[in-house]
Amino acid sequence: MNQAQKEQYLREYALLKAEGKPFFPYAVAKDAVMACVVMAVIITMSLVLGAELGSKANPTTTTYVPRPEWYFFFLFEVLRVIKPPNLTPLATIGVPTIGLVILFLLPFIDRGPERRPERRPIATLTGIFVIGAMALLTYEGAQAGSPTAIETPTPSRVRAAGGALLREFEAGKQVVAQSGCLACHKLGDNGNDGPGPNLTHIGSKLYAQGIARTLVNPTAPMPSFKNLPPEKFKDVVTFLSQSK
Amino acid sequence: MPRLPKLPAPPLPSALQAPPPRPGEEVTKGGPLEDAKQAGVTVVDWIDERTSLSGVGRWLLFRKVPKGTNWFYTLGSATLFAFLSQAVTGVFLAMYYRPDPAGGAYESIRHVTNDVFLGQFVRGMHKWGSSVMVVLIFLHMGRVFFFGAYKYPRELNWVIGAVLLVLTLVMAFTGYLLPFDQRAYWATIVGVNINGTGPLLGPYLSDFLRGGGEFGATTLSRFYSIHMLIVPGLIVALIGAHLYLVTKLGTTAPPWLKAKERSELLETEV
Ligand code: HEC
Ligand code: HEM
Repeated sequence: MNQAQKEQYLREYALLKAEGKPFFPYAVAKDAVMACVVMAVIITMSLVLGAELGSKANPTTTTYVPRPEWYFFFLFEVLRVIKPPNLTPLATIGVPTIGLVILFLLPFIDRGPERRPERRPIATLTGIFVIGAMALLTYEGAQAGSPTAIETPTPSRVRAAGGALLREFEAGKQVVAQSGCLACHKLGDNGNDGPGPNLTHIGSKLYAQGIARTLVNPTAPMPSFKNLPPEKFKDVVTFLSQSK
Repeated sequence: MPRLPKLPAPPLPSALQAPPPRPGEEVTKGGPLEDAKQAGVTVVDWIDERTSLSGVGRWLLFRKVPKGTNWFYTLGSATLFAFLSQAVTGVFLAMYYRPDPAGGAYESIRHVTNDVFLGQFVRGMHKWGSSVMVVLIFLHMGRVFFFGAYKYPRELNWVIGAVLLVLTLVMAFTGYLLPFDQRAYWATIVGVNINGTGPLLGPYLSDFLRGGGEFGATTLSRFYSIHMLIVPGLIVALIGAHLYLVTKLGTTAPPWLKAKERSELLETEV
């Protein structure tokens, strides 16, 4: 907007304001009605949905899927969509940071004098697109619950070996199923395809030590599982290294 | 009852002055009710004489809002109410909460939820209120965006609003850990790790959040002080600035409205 357009806007606005009504009581009345609606919604939600409390935090087991509050689903979903590991930083912080910078700078990017949504199609369409994308990502994120069972069959090689190997394999399968790994990894038909790599054949890519190292000292966003009790940890490593 | 001292009344034109009592007429003395009313007026006058707050009140309340202001314009104040509800319920929760990761935190939340009178209700209001506030802030932002209300002269108010959005999300993120149940714990670890992958500041930010390289004992109290002291303080201050600018600049008129022709206005309004 140049100086003339600014002055034109201020003049126009002064006129519209002169034709308006006082804030009190006209706008205040609407705001008060809205405030009552907001309080009613919050109270109803509290009464109907309550406030549950899961089991106590326990660094040695993760029987809970690491899942953020629903309004962060879209961020988590961006991680799933942008999968290659070398792009992960882009997904985790890159896209949100760029989005945030644009959000802050919007008034300095879009400086045209036009305000009617239908006469500034680029801004309006971009806005609708962003809202649609966020809604879609939130929806997808909400769908992507993670199962707590792994249905991959035990390989015949492990079954043939039997003994300690078979026992550790089965125990490890249990631990992995219950430890929220499936929130980020796919194993056979279970779990989510991302943000972590598919673990179905991880045993043919990584040796046991490599897997153990990943579990203790993973690349973000994967949490470290070094607090698992040693025997559970061993079971997990056995299970994964035998999943070829 | 002793009469409270009164401010000298401004000289009134004789037409407006109460007529003196006629001879023989009973002089009605103000009863206790009248005295109480006077006391109220006197207190307000006393404060106003020293602060001139009534001018601020007039400026806030009796400013004009432009023609065509509709229900979409209530979304900002609705966000404000959601925030106030969070503040009040949060204060009550803070009366019981102990930021002790060794079990005290979880135990105090369990106590609030199961034992305290109306505890679960207040906790539910705080929990769901956060969702309501996030939804409302996005709706408000959407209104501002589609109405083009971020343009001259309101750019700065948009920037303040964007900071408020970020701070609101920080509240949501830090509050999620506090119950310290399994979900809170693991979701927060993942969240902090995600922060750590950020460019430049990322690793420092997640070290700051954790209170060190490890997710440990200081992490919870750090989240707690961020959640109930630092960020709410910033939000209150910024809402103040936001509303100051709203009042100073006035709210926009809906973009499709045109002012009446100048001449027409001159005839009718002047
Ligand atoms: C928050 C999401 C998340 C959770 C939960 C998670 N991971 Fe990961 N995991 C990842 C990501 C992302 C990578 C990729 C890191 C990289 O490539 O640098 C990864 C990598 C791995 C790798 C190395 C894969 C390879 O090809 O190098 C293994 C093994 C692994 N995870 C096992 C597990 C196990 C076992 C669990 C559960 C106990 C688990 N993960 C839980 C996100 C997660
Ligand atoms: C804590 C959160 C917030 C509160 C309490 C709040 C409150 C308000 C209120 C009461 C108004 C008056 C007009 C109306 O209600 O629409 C307003 C206007 C405005 N808000 Fe917010 N707001 C918040 C967040 C935001 C955000 C996230 C943005 C955008 C990034 C924003 C940008 C604006 C702008 C530009 C105006 C002026 C609009 C106009 O004049 O028409 N606000 N805000």
